[in-house]
Amino acid sequence: MLFRRASVLLIALGVTLFAFVMAGPRAGLLMLVGIGFGLVLEGLRFGFAGPWRMIVTDRDGRGLLAQLIAIALVAVVAFPLLAANAGELAPAHAPVGIAMILGAFVFGMMMQLVMGCGSGTLVNAGSGNLVGLIALAGFIGGSFAGSLHLGWWTGLGSLPVLSAQGLFGDNLGLILTLAGLALVSALTLARAAPGKRMPPRRLWIAAALIAALALANLVIAGQPWGIVYGLGLWGAKIAQAGGADLAQTAFWAAEGNATRLSSSILTDVTSLTNIGLLIGAFAVMRWRADPGAPAQALTLASYGAVLGAALILGYSARLAFGCNVGAFFSGISTGSLHGWVWLIAAFAGSTLGIRLRPHLLRPARTEGAYA
Amino acid sequence: MSTRLSRPIVGLLALVLTAAILALDLAQSGPPDLFSAPSAIALGSGAAPEGAHCTGS
Repeated sequence: MLFRRASVLLIALGVTLFAFVMAGPRAGLLMLVGIGFGLVLEGLRFGFAGPWRMIVTDRDGRGLLAQLIAIALVAVVAFPLLAANAGELAPAHAPVGIAMILGAFVFGMMMQLVMGCGSGTLVNAGSGNLVGLIALAGFIGGSFAGSLHLGWWTGLGSLPVLSAQGLFGDNLGLILTLAGLALVSALTLARAAPGKRMPPRRLWIAAALIAALALANLVIAGQPWGIVYGLGLWGAKIAQAGGADLAQTAFWAAEGNATRLSSSILTDVTSLTNIGLLIGAFAVMRWRADPGAPAQALTLASYGAVLGAALILGYSARLAFGCNVGAFFSGISTGSLHGWVWLIAAFAGSTLGIRLRPHLLRPARTEGAYA
Repeated sequence: MSTRLSRPIVGLLALVLTAAILALDLAQSGPPDLFSAPSAIALGSGAAPEGAHCTGS
């Protein structure tokens, strides 16, 4: 066990050092932040898709409340930070539009089918869940495909970028954001059954650590925590290596994206934290004396359904301007109206996805099982 | 036939997938230019944020 744990530490430190040496101190620090996310999400079992399912099926509101607490903690610090350092730090603001709402709804539905959201897919893959690994491959392909069609989708109609700060000012914007989170918390408490309302100590600690890491991400990178952009960029890199001329596409020809495409992914903020997150989740799984039983085997057709759902998951996340992390967590905590609309649309989709799940994901019999 | 992959094997495959993408990228884009690397921390750097985010189009 000692050798295994030493190996895990060596991998985490080695990758951090690699990023530091190859791309500079910011890359090394962001790799550490990503590893921290992975350690907390997997180690303290803090998730997004699971609690959204639990509040519906089991009337268990503890995980969802922990999410709202983490978002509120980030907002309290991020709002004044962004106001005082607008030239150095950027919020996660995006426009509300038809495609954005549709994308969030579909994302919510698909995340219940692949049993993981943006961060959850990385955590599941890193912690050795085969469904998560298949979903990760699909997510990469889907978010890249979404980037190719984003212009057409956003052309269906969208509002200008609206934020709490822009509409109400920094102070009132923060107060209204916290009031909104309190309202959702109250609805969660009303729905939750007795004994399933107060988050356990583990989730309080996880919420505080996730908030601290998200703020570290903002301060170090100059932008909030995100997932989807990095995965789409990985897909673009693979397509480019396969001979695709992405300079002909509107999204990848745009100045910032073209720069990312021609530069190493070690210079891309979300790629660094994504890699770190995966390694952090892997480290937790290998650190444990018992890594746990393999995920339940599914039929081959169900694995095919997971891959298809993950492609749509990635595609819809691109249209929705982010997943549970970039849109919901970072959007709301930095004042974006689209974060709130994302929450409503994705929750509606998630509720539908919960009903579809038993029909699409079927456990395999022992004979012919793949897991 | 019964094929059961343990969690450590699947986790390792996820790391291998990521390492393969990183290697492909380094072969394609080359290593980053350390002399143009940003300061360690954006806050207080005086530089505008230039990273890409999921909310961007």
